[in-house]
Amino acid sequence: MTGRRTVVTGVGVVAPGGASRDRFWKTITEGRTATRRISFFDPSPFRSQIAAECDFDPVAAGLTDAERRRADRYVQFALACSAEAVADAGLVLSDAERDRAGVVLGTAVGGTMALEQEYVTVSDQGRRWLVDAARGGPYLYQALVPSSLAADVACRHGLHGPAQVVSTGCTSGIDAIGYAHQLIVDGEADVVLAGAADSPISPVTVASFDAIKATSPDNDDPAHASRPFDADRHGFVLAEGAAVLVLEEAGRARRRGAHVYCEVAGYASRSNGYHMTGLRPDGLEMGLAVTDALRQGRIAPEQVSYISAHGSGTRQNDRHETAAFKRALGEAAYRVPISSIKSMVGHSLGAIGSIEMAACALAIEFGVVPPTANWSTRDPECDLDYVPNEAREVPVDVALSVGSGFGGFQSAMVFRRRPAAVVG
Amino acid sequence: MTARAVVTGIGVVAPSGVGADAHWRTVLAGTRRTGPITLFDPAGYPTRHGGQVPDFTADSYADSRQLVQTDRWTHLGFAATRLALADAGLPERAPDPYGYAVTLASSSGGNLFGQRELQRLWGGSSRTVGAYQSIAWFYAASVGQLSIHHQFKGPSGVLVAETAGGLDSLAHAARAVRRGTPVVIAGATECPLSPYALACQLRSGLLTDVADPQRAYRPFDTSASGYLPAEGGAVFVVEELGHALSRGARIYGEVSGWGSTHDAAHTTEDSAGDVGQYARAMRLALDRAGVAAARIDVVLPDALGVPRYDRSEAEALRAVFADRPPPVTTQKPLTGRAHQGGSALDVATALLAFAHDTLPASAGPDEVADGCELDFLREHRRPRSRLALVCARGFDGFNSALVLRGAAPTRGETP
Repeated sequence: MTGRRTVVTGVGVVAPGGASRDRFWKTITEGRTATRRISFFDPSPFRSQIAAECDFDPVAAGLTDAERRRADRYVQFALACSAEAVADAGLVLSDAERDRAGVVLGTAVGGTMALEQEYVTVSDQGRRWLVDAARGGPYLYQALVPSSLAADVACRHGLHGPAQVVSTGCTSGIDAIGYAHQLIVDGEADVVLAGAADSPISPVTVASFDAIKATSPDNDDPAHASRPFDADRHGFVLAEGAAVLVLEEAGRARRRGAHVYCEVAGYASRSNGYHMTGLRPDGLEMGLAVTDALRQGRIAPEQVSYISAHGSGTRQNDRHETAAFKRALGEAAYRVPISSIKSMVGHSLGAIGSIEMAACALAIEFGVVPPTANWSTRDPECDLDYVPNEAREVPVDVALSVGSGFGGFQSAMVFRRRPAAVVG
Repeated sequence: MTARAVVTGIGVVAPSGVGADAHWRTVLAGTRRTGPITLFDPAGYPTRHGGQVPDFTADSYADSRQLVQTDRWTHLGFAATRLALADAGLPERAPDPYGYAVTLASSSGGNLFGQRELQRLWGGSSRTVGAYQSIAWFYAASVGQLSIHHQFKGPSGVLVAETAGGLDSLAHAARAVRRGTPVVIAGATECPLSPYALACQLRSGLLTDVADPQRAYRPFDTSASGYLPAEGGAVFVVEELGHALSRGARIYGEVSGWGSTHDAAHTTEDSAGDVGQYARAMRLALDRAGVAAARIDVVLPDALGVPRYDRSEAEALRAVFADRPPPVTTQKPLTGRAHQGGSALDVATALLAFAHDTLPASAGPDEVADGCELDFLREHRRPRSRLALVCARGFDGFNSALVLRGAAPTRGETP
């Protein structure tokens, strides 16, 4: 099965600021921020009271009554995204092809939102340790096991290939696309719906990040609270969202005349083996992941046209990945435009890696690099080109994206424009 | 030449015992180790029994700082990983960090830790949780902690496919070995026995409410009534064959084939799973291993213990094996179902069977239910081809199968 390649033929996005691919792209290329005061519950008891929420209407997104009853919010996002991606790809599968079409989706915290809501009921507002199981909703088990995410998408599209959820925390979204790519390269599947979804804007998640002061407390100015690479940053802004890509074996896509956004040129991950939340300032393992991903695509550092940074807006992250880019790309790191869309759509934990890969596919498609919003004060430790505040029109042939997460996971993925001769 | 992935270390932490030897003794004796749940008082629940790890001393496997930061599920993972590394003759810290990775399956995360923190948040006086909640309950917590402690810095991962994911983690490890990581820790532990997690599981409708633990969870039997939940699982050292040979490691067997499919249908009150898709997962595993179905020595089935699923599993096996299925043995009734940890435990059982040159008698059924007629092993028997097919299904349509090729026996007892 050597020689098999993976291409992206469909993109679906539910993100803060716009629950569709086009609205997402418009939001981030206009440099608009979608961070705001939390509206899902009263956030006033919490240190960080802001988030990037999606204005998501499941009925408008075409979800059935049964899907809306069964699926927790993050799964609903994935159902909407996968439908958009499948339609975008013009994907029509025969029965035989469904056997070789899989689903690999990432999530960091899965059904947390539903689990917390149900917990409040069955525990009588936290008064009972021995909860009253009889008061739980009918889909409580689906909320406990995050495999529901892949199952529901497989059910919606009638896919019988390998189905899996990847849950490596904040690199889940990149890793899920990476695993899907490996399934295609290895010949285990020809088509995979790959991406990630998370809907963590719930009191327990907000309180968890409060406890370690990871999130921004800039409650007075939510629109400008997510400030990656800016000297005046104060932590990340929690978010929700999802993205699903249609990954397809290149020959299959070519034979059916599919529109190809780009090729998956490489994927790699390493762990820093250092600390559950801390990062080594030298960026060693992220750098190694980047180098390995570029090596797979036989891409030299000078060929990278855009880097979608992890850019969470914590000081340690921004230093860490700036060091990693320099380590992996050398002098080329100073010339490549780098941006963090988390400045606009926040940090949706496991989902954001896929949303950022969607942004990379669209950057290649449209020749536009989204900016890092809210950038105003230079941090001497972050001395690369972070594309401040305004999108930049520039041909993008090779887009690199990285992710970094609790547990020490560091992942990198490279998308590359398909050469015209190959596409034609 | 494609790299071959072999298992060189087994770490069991399960209701059947701590350590591969303890597990094997329980299997040989056929002792049911399910009993009353004591991790909390289950009096108010219709299911009050389950499988718990006996006499588990977490502080033998991790230091106090690690224990306070993590859930019991991760404590079990620390233990199983240490046992697997020791069994493989590997040091506690990876000598070549980027050549070592860890990919485990988890479908219930740190739910016990999480429930305590939810109670503090909602039932306490301040709207706060502890500093470790953010790193203790999410599904990647165990893999992150193990990677840090053991210096596994290669490509690591966490997979979820409800019960089927334990097998998927071994398949993923074999893929990683083929891609150039010489040592990958794989398998799963689970601990879904907090009051809230058990309440969640009850909603699946698949648990038994039979009060007598000896009579509960009886897959393929006329009295099958659902399953008993359990904690624990097994963790393995999966290693590139040349790497294992060069250090003179004992080899249990090879991860030769794997296959995964999905029903594209949910689990409901009437569903029985898709026989065709389940059979296809088994055939994919056989094809990848390059093994004709007729050569399989023994099958370790999913054995859900829900009559309609037991029948469809028997039907899938008859379809794959042209109406002449090989001997079938299930040990899950001895432990209960530890979800993804349970399918990993079946892999341990199969590899230990070859190591001990003994296919263990099946823990039931006593009276075979209609439609479940299979060649259940009634007594211990010597293996012949040393090829095992391990099968697992996951709630809401997941199907996975693994073909293991056992090495020559290393532990010479006779059956």
